[in-house]
Amino acid sequence: MKILVAVKRVADFNVRIRVKPDGSAVDLANVKMAMNPFDEIAVEEALRLKEAGVAEEVIAVSAGDAGTVETIRAALAMGADRGIHIATDGRLEPLAIAKLLAAVARSEAPGLVILGKQAVDDDAGQTGQMLSALLDWPIATFASKVAVSEGSATIVREVDAGHQTIRLTLPAVITTDLRLNQPRYASVPNIMKAKRKPIAEMTAAELGVDTTPRLAVVKVAEPPPRRTGVRVTSAAELVTKLREADAL
Amino acid sequence: MTTLVLADHDGKTVSDATLRTVSAAAALGAPVEVLVAGHDCAEAAADAARLAGVTKVLHADGDSLAHGLAEPLTALIVGLAAGYDALLAPATAIGKTVMPRAAALLDVAQISEITRVIDAATFERPAYAGSVIETVRSNDARRIITVRTSAFAPTERGEAAAPVVVVPPPPPSLRSLFVGEEGTRSDRPDLASARIVVSGGRAFGSAEDFRRYLEPLAAKLNAAIGASRAAVDAGYAPNELQVGQTGKIVAPDLYIAVGISGAIQHLAGMKSARIIVAINSDPEAAIFSVADFGLVGDLRLILPELERLL
Repeated sequence: MKILVAVKRVADFNVRIRVKPDGSAVDLANVKMAMNPFDEIAVEEALRLKEAGVAEEVIAVSAGDAGTVETIRAALAMGADRGIHIATDGRLEPLAIAKLLAAVARSEAPGLVILGKQAVDDDAGQTGQMLSALLDWPIATFASKVAVSEGSATIVREVDAGHQTIRLTLPAVITTDLRLNQPRYASVPNIMKAKRKPIAEMTAAELGVDTTPRLAVVKVAEPPPRRTGVRVTSAAELVTKLREADAL
Repeated sequence: MTTLVLADHDGKTVSDATLRTVSAAAALGAPVEVLVAGHDCAEAAADAARLAGVTKVLHADGDSLAHGLAEPLTALIVGLAAGYDALLAPATAIGKTVMPRAAALLDVAQISEITRVIDAATFERPAYAGSVIETVRSNDARRIITVRTSAFAPTERGEAAAPVVVVPPPPPSLRSLFVGEEGTRSDRPDLASARIVVSGGRAFGSAEDFRRYLEPLAAKLNAAIGASRAAVDAGYAPNELQVGQTGKIVAPDLYIAVGISGAIQHLAGMKSARIIVAINSDPEAAIFSVADFGLVGDLRLILPELERLL
């Protein structure tokens, strides 16, 4: 079977984020961009399933401007076989991305679609769930263990009280949690090889998807800073301060 | 104009997260109804009916709803959606899984993890691990919302009970089967709603020391125990204790961070606490930047002394 992996280009998680002076958006000019960390976990899991003989082909897909191709290329350097770039401009909301991915999934017919559980830019955590609903495929969110055999996937999920295990009939959608795996680094030979791997180009219009945002961003602001604290020099002083602050 | 809240519950009572989501729903200005979906959850439905501001409870009960599986619960919500202008759920594992599915089938955007209601269509929500607060306005006919419950006060339980109406459960999913679940049994208060949280990081060095030094202090303070991602990744604490951008978001009265460096992803999960204490051997640790009270030193000396003094 094929595995489709969705990857998103986001501001590197180590970058200090600043808001544009006019408060309209986050300022991404000259900011280091990277693959969303949860999507790296998704790519890694797909590659491991291929290496285990469960899948024959791993396809990395992303939507966005021309810079997005770099992120697809990063997935190919990790080991994905080919890429799909859906060219769009303007802000993309999860619903639009889910519709684009649904269109790709219908034509590629993968056995699994694996996505990160959330992107560390908008922190929305919606796309995989929306995709599963649009395709009417079952879903396992927050996966920390995946085993595939004979047309089904058994998934351990990180839930509020611990772990839940469910079994899905394929095709299905999985979103990855932190502890599913440790993503590999791309080796230099693989980075070179990735340059020759094919990336298909398509547009939202070709896929028949209207990507007009449904939410208006009224304002983006930095949260108010916390008041400056004080250093105490002993456990006893700390206890005194906490009693004064009525915190105990 | 009516708002529906998907309740989080244990079959007997609705959770603190539900109480806070009802408060957020009430801020939309329309009557609030609550959906209690599960298996053998009549007591939880009766509990929901007592919440201040709730005008009606929908009670859906059946095998298909026993484990919060995404497919039947989505079908139930989508089937009920026509009667409501806004549907809210707490941002729990179930809420985060089901609400985007319902939104997609209703062809509306979801607004994730709101922290403030400005008006019935305009909300604040954090992004970039809380580095920014977005104000967004929905242009959709219907609003689908998950609520960051730590940002809202819980509603009260009152005496008067709203009517409870039984709605039929959805059929089970044939393509998603519950296999099992496991959790760590703990006598400690629930992390998400505890008044005091004592959290540990990588500096503990081992699961044994994490327990040896943190548990007596937590017991003395009747506090919940939390952990940084580094501590969970290292196996010192189970995943459900992780506090941060991708774990639990908490806003207790008092948060004591011990041996936690203070990556922005961790701060995202706790910086709304009223009082933050940081205990760390590194005086330059980023956690001190958000701490009301900082104490530099060895946690193995400080924690036992703290416990003695309390």
